[in-house]
Amino acid sequence: MEATSLRFRERAAGALENAQLQTALAGIKVGWQAGRARAAARLPEFEQLRDLGKAIKDHTLAHLDLYLEAFEARVVEQGGKVHWARDAAEARGIVLELCRAAGARSVTKSKSMIAEEIGLNAWLEANGLRVVETDLGEYIIQLRREPPSHLVGPAVHLTKDQISDLFVEHHGGPRIEEPAALVGEARRILRQRYLEADVGITGANFLIAETGSAVTVTNEGNAELTQGLPRTHIVIASLEKVIPTVEDAFTLLRLLGRSATGQEFSAYTTFVTGPKRPGDLDGPEAFHVVLLDNGRSAMVGTAFREMLRCIRCGACMNHCPVYLAAGGHAYGWVYVGPMGSVLTPQFIGIEQGYPLPNASTFCGRCEEVCPVRIPLPRLMRLWREEQFRKALVPPTARWGLRLWGALARRPFLYRLTARWAARALRLLARGRGRLAAAPLAGGWTGTRDLPAPQGGTFMDQWRRRRR
Amino acid sequence: MSEARAAILARLRRSLPRSADEQAAAEATVHERLAAPAPNLLPARGQLDRDGRVRLFTDMARAVAAEVELLDELEAVPAAVATYLRRHNLPQRIVVAPDPLLDLARWEGQPLLRVRRGDAEPDDAVGVTLASTGIAETGTLLLTSAPERPTLLAFLPETSIVVVFADEIDGAYEQSWARLRAALGTPPRSVNLITGPSRTGDIAQQIELGAHGPRRLLVLVVDRSPPLDD
Ligand code: SF4
Repeated sequence: MEATSLRFRERAAGALENAQLQTALAGIKVGWQAGRARAAARLPEFEQLRDLGKAIKDHTLAHLDLYLEAFEARVVEQGGKVHWARDAAEARGIVLELCRAAGARSVTKSKSMIAEEIGLNAWLEANGLRVVETDLGEYIIQLRREPPSHLVGPAVHLTKDQISDLFVEHHGGPRIEEPAALVGEARRILRQRYLEADVGITGANFLIAETGSAVTVTNEGNAELTQGLPRTHIVIASLEKVIPTVEDAFTLLRLLGRSATGQEFSAYTTFVTGPKRPGDLDGPEAFHVVLLDNGRSAMVGTAFREMLRCIRCGACMNHCPVYLAAGGHAYGWVYVGPMGSVLTPQFIGIEQGYPLPNASTFCGRCEEVCPVRIPLPRLMRLWREEQFRKALVPPTARWGLRLWGALARRPFLYRLTARWAARALRLLARGRGRLAAAPLAGGWTGTRDLPAPQGGTFMDQWRRRRR
Repeated sequence: MSEARAAILARLRRSLPRSADEQAAAEATVHERLAAPAPNLLPARGQLDRDGRVRLFTDMARAVAAEVELLDELEAVPAAVATYLRRHNLPQRIVVAPDPLLDLARWEGQPLLRVRRGDAEPDDAVGVTLASTGIAETGTLLLTSAPERPTLLAFLPETSIVVVFADEIDGAYEQSWARLRAALGTPPRSVNLITGPSRTGDIAQQIELGAHGPRRLLVLVVDRSPPLDD
């Protein structure tokens, strides 16, 4: 997928004026945001589980080479195969080869962010395969030829009416408006696709080194039909998905559903280990795992290692004021919201992802809710420092920051300047208490007034009160 | 692609530099952790006596739109199934997992019920399976694949009926898995944890049941386990 992150500002502005999108985004607050708070409150051990979840991931990342080797050995013992891919192109090549070897014409897929990251669908389609997404949200955006706008709800930006229109356009027939009927129609059509598929591709929420299992989590049951019906099952997952034991998976699973949608547990959690066993009545004959690196092995050695704890729950975006106003598509690539602001520059480069680490109010809500306690604001700040070092920050902003830096290091001068500025703003407001426009603050005053300073500077007031 | 494998592992080792001693220690740590898996934390919620676990399991499963019925013994299952199908206006035709334990239910006691043993075909409407365990903490069923326990039977039909013995309901997931590990060593091909019927919120964040998997889930909790054969 081509990144359009540089147009963040423009697309975010457009998003604010898009009433349908704003309705859809408002739903996240009452649904997933409130749901998470309730679910966390219902489980007294929730905070402790977060500490444990973080520790499991930190431990694994510090021994990632060893756990990956152990995982591979177990997969092979169970009759499966592991394929290692350095980058997106290599991973796409491996998957295509596996599909060809299986004589595949038709492929079903359950939701995988890694597939999005490597642009798998477009590549397989360009090579003559029919690829059908089975997660309802993914299916919807596949019909619309759009990237996902949310980690958990890829079509969360769409209203019911838009989906009704989309289904008429693609399925024909009379326009359906009832959500239940829309789900029923998708079920009927996708049922056929499952049965026709030669290969099923799924992602994995976790890979388990102890057993060689891949764990999928869905609410729809689409992962089970995707991997259970065709002759070949391919799992695509990135390196950091591996964790040591089944017990570790359960600790993280207790966090996942609650953080994502406020569910106590998602409807379906499945551990698959190797292909069909002798005597089994169903299951695939071949089981492959494609392990994608795509920069992660290097990331392990940097401060961004912490980002690799991410379990893709989406809580950070559900609680982000910027995401909730701008929507996912403004971010311009596969990963969106706060986690996307940290992750996307890793893949497309900080030059192409320039606006993302800046698309934050640094309110800290994302870190507060992240189940594995990723310090997202700090990591965004690291990217900003990198931008400053690489001279990617526009000259006016650089001068501004330098000037501020120079003042901040000279307290006397700083106080003096602040006092002058407060007085000047008060004069400009001419007793009305607010300003409709102010120098260097057009971005603020474009949509609201700037309150004029009342009384002295903070430092002056502080000193007076203390006395 | 062993070249890619070597390159990725080499880069990981550059990112995780270890002295010879540290390397040995790291290997030992990993080996130990994998050889003796242990629960990290079991929430207090599910750590109850048998009756408490059954009650919690029932409440939690009902909270996610599963129907739960408590039966005294396995022989009560066929009648419960027939009644349920009538109540939902479903045909009296079911596919039952070819599990000797389920055969003990004596399906012939319900002459109107047409029973096939086997895996689900695409047009089958009702599947009856046996869960290995239940998990009280979230009202979850744990199903394991085996020749007599096909996986798709709990996913393809629109109505899923799952039998679970009250004796097999554990407090937490880890406790079920520990029993599985003790019994089987390595896990079967597919272990499915099922919590309520299939659902989706992908259309305007409104929850709808029956996205791809079952629209209805009936759980039959059987109080008395059948006696073990010698
Ligand atoms: S960064 Fe944290 S909150 Fe955001 S998706 Fe990842 S795990 Fe969830």
